[in-house]
Amino acid sequence: MNGVLVVGASAAGLATAQALRARGYRGPVRLVGEEPHPPYDRPPLSKQVLSGAWGTERTVLRAPADLAALGIELLPGRRAVALDTGAREITLADGERLRYDDLVLATGLTPRRLPAFDGPAGVHTLRTLEDARRLRADLRTARRLAVIGAGVLGCEIAATARTLGLEVTLIDPAPLPMADRLGPPVARLLAGLHRDHGITLLTGTKAEAPVTDGGGRITGVLTSQGPVAADALVLAVGSVPATGWLHGSGLTLDDGVLCDARCRAAAHVWAVGDVARWWHEGQGRALRLENRSHATESALAVAGNILGADRPHRPVPYFWTDQHGVRIQVFGDPAAGDRLRVTEGDPATRTFAAVAETAGRPVGVVGWNSPHGVRGARALLTPP
Amino acid sequence: MVLKVEIEEPRCVAAGHCVTAAPEVFDQRETDGVVVLLDAAPPPGAYAHVREAALLCPAAAILLRERDGSA
Repeated sequence: MNGVLVVGASAAGLATAQALRARGYRGPVRLVGEEPHPPYDRPPLSKQVLSGAWGTERTVLRAPADLAALGIELLPGRRAVALDTGAREITLADGERLRYDDLVLATGLTPRRLPAFDGPAGVHTLRTLEDARRLRADLRTARRLAVIGAGVLGCEIAATARTLGLEVTLIDPAPLPMADRLGPPVARLLAGLHRDHGITLLTGTKAEAPVTDGGGRITGVLTSQGPVAADALVLAVGSVPATGWLHGSGLTLDDGVLCDARCRAAAHVWAVGDVARWWHEGQGRALRLENRSHATESALAVAGNILGADRPHRPVPYFWTDQHGVRIQVFGDPAAGDRLRVTEGDPATRTFAAVAETAGRPVGVVGWNSPHGVRGARALLTPP
Repeated sequence: MVLKVEIEEPRCVAAGHCVTAAPEVFDQRETDGVVVLLDAAPPPGAYAHVREAALLCPAAAILLRERDGSA
């Protein structure tokens, strides 16, 4: 018996392994991770870890001893390089081959880079613990930070850097931060929040090239609005699914591992978390979600389906973000709405919840410092 | 087998997944949505829901301790 082999030892991979055990699976479970660490949590990296409020040890989700107690074998620091679905085996970078009865792909994302910004010292992306350590080390000596990309990650990094006392410029070609996730009305409030906290928000602005000193260290950014001075720079311009190793495997790769409604990519091959693009029956389209909740939700679905549940995965998407002391909670897809109806509180008092609707049908819920107001959002957004 | 539930409150991100999964064991504070543990030693009938809640928590704020013994 080869058991279940999980490639990717972050939140989604770990949750799959744990859920298999919680559901009574007794076969071998192996968790292969490219990083040298035990499974750790990524959302704190841009917040508690970057600010220094948490030491990195607090991000650990399961210590090696806990994994061992659950009968989950962790293989850290091992990178998968090839998959043979016919032989039901993967090949690792060191040449070792591992066979499986069921394979779970949980390799997550790789930050997108901008070729023009490759090279200078002081240019960062943020995905791993090492990335967070390097960025934090730079922020401790830098005075001015430029963040390119006003998505969730860029906004969080900008906000955290402000709490560390840096001058921060947040640059994005879109007219508003996070508008594709929040919809314009709430994104406008978010823009105001960043400006109220002293961030220079350059929207409708394209970052064109780095400026460096004689030593090859970043000193600024050339943008479509002119030069911006910076001693450190973060690229937060999205991510791409980490599927390079699956080329030639026969799996369909199309902005992620393409799966059916049960998160199955092929016979005995499944995908979970950020890397999975699966058919959401409730929405009638293929969907890929990059958020922490979906890591665990898809893991539970796949663990169940490996054990024969045969159940479609149809979650209500959810994410949260913490910026400048405000917690924004989002269910569904508020940006798809054409009308926003405030259901609790008042945007003017900066505590509210609102439902985004299209043709009178709810498509998303946003809470702004209003966990109470978003209660019941899931039920509201789940079609009968 | 006895199941004890602990919560690490500072980790909680108020997503509310636990309340959805096991409303008999978890609630949320009115003010900030932070988890409230209603029953640290739930009855065996609730174990499946509690395990689901612990797995679903996106902040890994729910800790379960399982010990041999009668409930």
